[in-house]
Amino acid sequence: MTGLRRVGGALVAPLVAVVAAMLITSGVVALSGSSALEFWQIILEPPASRVYVNIVNQASMIFLSALAAAVGFRMNLFNIGVEGQYRLASYVAAVVVGAAIVPGPLNILLGLVVAMATGAVWAGIAGVLRVTRGVSEVISTIMLNAIALTLVGYFLSTYGIRAGNSRRTEIIPESSRVPGFFPFEERDGAIWGLVVLALVMGIAFTFVLNRTRFGFDLRATGMSETAAVASGVKVGRMIVISMMISGAIAGLLWMPSFFGAAYSYGTAFQAGLGFTGIAVALLGRNRPLGIMFGAVLFAFLNEQSNRLTLQSDISQNVVQITQGVIVLAVVVAYEVVRRRQAAAEQRAVTRRLEAEKPTAGQEVSA
Amino acid sequence: MSITTSPTEQSAAPRTRSFTYLWLLITLGAIVSVSAVRLITGQGELDSPGSLRAAILATCPILMAAIGGLWSERAGVVNIGLEGQMILGTWGAAYFTYYYGPLIGVLGAALLGAVGGALHALATVTFGVDHIVSGVAVNIIGLGAAEFLAEAYFANLPGGGVKQLTGLDRPPDFTVPGLAAGADSLSDKGWFVISDVASFVAALTTSLNLLTILVFALVAFSGWILWRTAFGLRLRSCGENPQAAESLGVHVLRYKWVAVVVSGAMAGIGGGFLALVASSGFVTGQTGGRGYIGLAAMIFGNWRPGGILAGSLMFGYTDSLPLRSADTVHALLLLVAIGLIALALWRFVRAERRQSVVFAFLAVAFLAWFSLTDAVPREFTGMTPYIATLLVLAFAAQRLRMPAADGQIYRKGSAG
Repeated sequence: MTGLRRVGGALVAPLVAVVAAMLITSGVVALSGSSALEFWQIILEPPASRVYVNIVNQASMIFLSALAAAVGFRMNLFNIGVEGQYRLASYVAAVVVGAAIVPGPLNILLGLVVAMATGAVWAGIAGVLRVTRGVSEVISTIMLNAIALTLVGYFLSTYGIRAGNSRRTEIIPESSRVPGFFPFEERDGAIWGLVVLALVMGIAFTFVLNRTRFGFDLRATGMSETAAVASGVKVGRMIVISMMISGAIAGLLWMPSFFGAAYSYGTAFQAGLGFTGIAVALLGRNRPLGIMFGAVLFAFLNEQSNRLTLQSDISQNVVQITQGVIVLAVVVAYEVVRRRQAAAEQRAVTRRLEAEKPTAGQEVSA
Repeated sequence: MSITTSPTEQSAAPRTRSFTYLWLLITLGAIVSVSAVRLITGQGELDSPGSLRAAILATCPILMAAIGGLWSERAGVVNIGLEGQMILGTWGAAYFTYYYGPLIGVLGAALLGAVGGALHALATVTFGVDHIVSGVAVNIIGLGAAEFLAEAYFANLPGGGVKQLTGLDRPPDFTVPGLAAGADSLSDKGWFVISDVASFVAALTTSLNLLTILVFALVAFSGWILWRTAFGLRLRSCGENPQAAESLGVHVLRYKWVAVVVSGAMAGIGGGFLALVASSGFVTGQTGGRGYIGLAAMIFGNWRPGGILAGSLMFGYTDSLPLRSADTVHALLLLVAIGLIALALWRFVRAERRQSVVFAFLAVAFLAWFSLTDAVPREFTGMTPYIATLLVLAFAAQRLRMPAADGQIYRKGSAG
């Protein structure tokens, strides 16, 4: 019964959140003088083949971003810095791969390793500051985001290659590109080869968290730091390592696009995925399956909203409101469900205790 | 540590007086150093009236965001959503200024910011959601809402577009007749110290915007209400020990609500300043992370109005200077080095040898940087707020004291 109720609670919360977000979005659209019905017709129209491809590609990156945030969240670490980590990592990887130090496929591997290492180091700074100096990782990662943004901007404008009005890194050689595959016709575009990274990292995440000592320590620290310390977990070390893992995953975030379509760091770089990831991690309760659902939902909304500009006078930015409201509503709903459950459990305990009282009294009198 | 705490053990009166003297001394030292650096490097723009005016313009939005953060965090609610509330403020200012003039426009900015604050309060105070989580969501919603509303309401207006609304009326500027011109000409003379003081006077008396005055008035007002009234004491008690506050009859949740809504309104006014005074209209994305810089200024300022003012001025100055005169940034290195030497000496007098050595080493590094290079990349000064905050957090964390129950979720009745 309690098991069923728990599963029900876990599903009710996101459902309520999505419904609430739909209502609020409809309200906002109607308030701005457009038709809410038209809005949903456009958004819920079956996507074209090309859009399907984009959704898969985008969802893979959002998934990685959310996974990076989730590693921290699982042990109560707020890595707000995914945005800066993946930007810096993408730039450094683009420079290294563009230099083509090693041939062909080896270069791809090198790029991925460099991206992970850069992300890990950048996130590690926040971890070390937290452990050695007690600096809140929320604040330090926000600061590191801004520093990464400025640093990359500086390096790009100083050492980048001029391309039109902007600058970019060296374009990577043909042999270092990762071919995609075409689920539909060729004009509908390719699903990038490295989308597979999302799958691999998702499985690795599940395995490490649920099947290893490290994962157990991490979850234990997240649930109760004092209990973890008492059972011999070195919390300081755990904080630094999980921050670095989070940063490493963040480093991979843009790699599918980089090796599959962009081929250089420049205007093709897609910013803002770090914050989307945080939202999706919260939506998915930091579990890979939930995150996958959230990533697809967000990618779907983003891609479908492109139609709004063509088919209506509604701004496509409205889906950002939808997404924000989903996140806020889902955390509120989870909290309400959690409080209800706690209250229900307390009531159940009280009932059981009261039911046992008379029998205990009888035993004494007998 | 015992040395730093000893002044508090003395009676209050001499402590206040010695504090005033200390601040006088620091101010005097700062003016003399700036003046000396100006003469040595020949960079008149270092503290020209124009540079200082630009710095004040850059300071105000940061300051308002930081004061917003102060209100919220003093009541125990961490407000990462300042950026989102600020963005909402830029839109509110533009919309209400267009239809009702700049004075109502400022109120509109406050209103929209307050809506963002109310959203944050609803999630964190009423529903007990994690403050960071809610703040992130508020930022996403604020950004999306402002862009959506801009496209919906500004696209067809004259001077408007899907991402902007320009040609808005400004709140009025004030110039003190006589004094402004006199101070301005005196500052042009380039005299040691005298011209620098004149420069400050000129900057504060020439075309000073009404909203700028309002911003500084709001800082003073916030300091007064939070520290000098019963309301403020109760509000701060919610951030220090909500259980104790509730047991004494304070409506903790109500106070938190008020604090977070005011916080949003303050950040909103900061956004309004950006749209109405610092630039000539509304453009999406014009906050450029200033909400986060405000957060940094608040931490840098140790959750106190005076410190926040100092932090915001520093961040505003470093933000505006490179845009005005890129070469002057190089002269700034010498100023930083002098400041570090002063810090090293102070630490040395206080018998904290290790810190003294660290500061002295940093001073030498900055001196070397100053003498070995000719220019500083513009981007580097842009990093100042962030690096300064990280350094302060890392090396002076034991001197910082945030509200004791900051960021904790409070449920009504948990006083027991």
